[in-house]
Amino acid sequence: MGEQLRFRDLTLGYERHPAVHHLNGAIETGALVAVVGPNGAGKSTLFKGIVGVLKPLAGGIERGGIDPRDIAYLPQVAEIDRSFPISVYDMVSMGLWRGKGLFGGIGHGDRGTVEAALAAVGLTGFEGRAIGTLSGGQMQRMLFARLLLQDARVIVLDEPFSAIDAKTCADLLELVRRWHREQRTVLAALHDIEMVRANFPDALLLAREPVAWGRTGEVLTPENLTKARRMCEAFDEQAEACVVEAA
Amino acid sequence: MIYDTFIAPFAEFEFMRRALVGTIAIAFGAAPVGIFLMLRRMSLIGDAMAHAILPGAAIGYLLSGLNVFAMAGGGLVAGLVIAIGAALIARTTELKEDASLAGFLLISLAVGVTIVSVGGSNVDLLRFLFGSVLGLDDQTLLLIVSITTLSLLALALIWRPLVLECVDPGFLRSVSRAGGPAHLAFLALVVMNLVGGFHALGTLLAVGIMILPAVTARFWARDITMMIAIAVASAGVAGYTGLLLSFHAGLPSGPAVILVAGALYAASVVVGPVGGLLWQAFPGRHLEA
Repeated sequence: MGEQLRFRDLTLGYERHPAVHHLNGAIETGALVAVVGPNGAGKSTLFKGIVGVLKPLAGGIERGGIDPRDIAYLPQVAEIDRSFPISVYDMVSMGLWRGKGLFGGIGHGDRGTVEAALAAVGLTGFEGRAIGTLSGGQMQRMLFARLLLQDARVIVLDEPFSAIDAKTCADLLELVRRWHREQRTVLAALHDIEMVRANFPDALLLAREPVAWGRTGEVLTPENLTKARRMCEAFDEQAEACVVEAA
Repeated sequence: MIYDTFIAPFAEFEFMRRALVGTIAIAFGAAPVGIFLMLRRMSLIGDAMAHAILPGAAIGYLLSGLNVFAMAGGGLVAGLVIAIGAALIARTTELKEDASLAGFLLISLAVGVTIVSVGGSNVDLLRFLFGSVLGLDDQTLLLIVSITTLSLLALALIWRPLVLECVDPGFLRSVSRAGGPAHLAFLALVVMNLVGGFHALGTLLAVGIMILPAVTARFWARDITMMIAIAVASAGVAGYTGLLLSFHAGLPSGPAVILVAGALYAASVVVGPVGGLLWQAFPGRHLEA
């Protein structure tokens, strides 16, 4: 089917300390990949690199010709100002941005699309609500509705299911499966190993350096998981410049 | 009796009519900008910017006397230079934006007052500090109305990135590069409206007509469009009532306008339906569902 994302000797990090170290490999178009690893393993950092928020310290990312702004991204902690006076409807309709641009009107014609997205996440009736009145799970559903409207070929989700209830989780997973059926490339950083085993065909086990990458069954073995857990979380303040040659 | 109190001053005196047109125009331009200042938690920054434009206006005054366009141009340049300067200092040194702006504002206020005192009279200084809403000539009115028109158009243009930058800046960054330019454009709008308000209300009070209606509106609406409408209305009412108050009671006009705006705010804090004190104390029985 072809590659959607290729990582070439990718190193991403902060103030010269690598958080993702020498990552090589590719993600096929239409793949559904779970990125798993302990805290500080570099999952969020990798995603920030993929969507272009973080520039690599070394190496590069090829995105199969698509603009990083066309990748739909759900960050782990959304810096959303809940006290801002905006309705769920207006917030969700921002998902149409790439299609409309700065000035394109979001009018009555789009109403159906936005309401369909809200219905898909179970938030029908919430259109007029101020975002500050939503619960955690409702907020997450709203952000998923916005993702739906972005209609992106590549979707990157950073811990989308932490701190939400089982029902919401099941509903949103159904959306992820729908995206997979629509041949969109989906990456998700997840902590719940059982959920990954049950729903994600491919997995990347990351502990700053890639520990294992491939079919979930082969990646999430007890040996690999133990290996990943042994990764040291803290940056080494005494570290020297890295001279590993590109593979 | 009612006619004498509420309409006659404007019907009989041209300077009153001009003052009214000027303050209403300022209301339309400044109030929406004030709402965004408040929502972006930049209310005090608005105050700082008002002081920042003083040296620019003072230099314009030194060079061309009380020429409206010279002072406005000077004020605009000074305001923009200081906004960008403060942002640059915040970005490249340890100092955060609020502290670097505080440094600038204090220096610029002192510089401005010095220039006007040395180059002009006490009357001029009072004009700069407190405005001369009753002395708005044609040129000044033209300036004010142009600024308001430009400001409303620009706000309509940058509306979407401005709102998104307040609510979810991460998402804006991920879908567009418009965030940075929109922020700068917004700062320019703040400076522009302060320059407009400066002639009527002076450097110390110009920001009052921006912020007070905005914080008033917070207590009456939950939706941003409604907030803007209420802010404009309350700024207009403040202008109208303040001018009447100064006419009938002999109070200085600029401060009278701001006093009325302040009174509206104080009343809203108590009786405003959205978070007003009275409603917090007596919320009424809860609903069935």
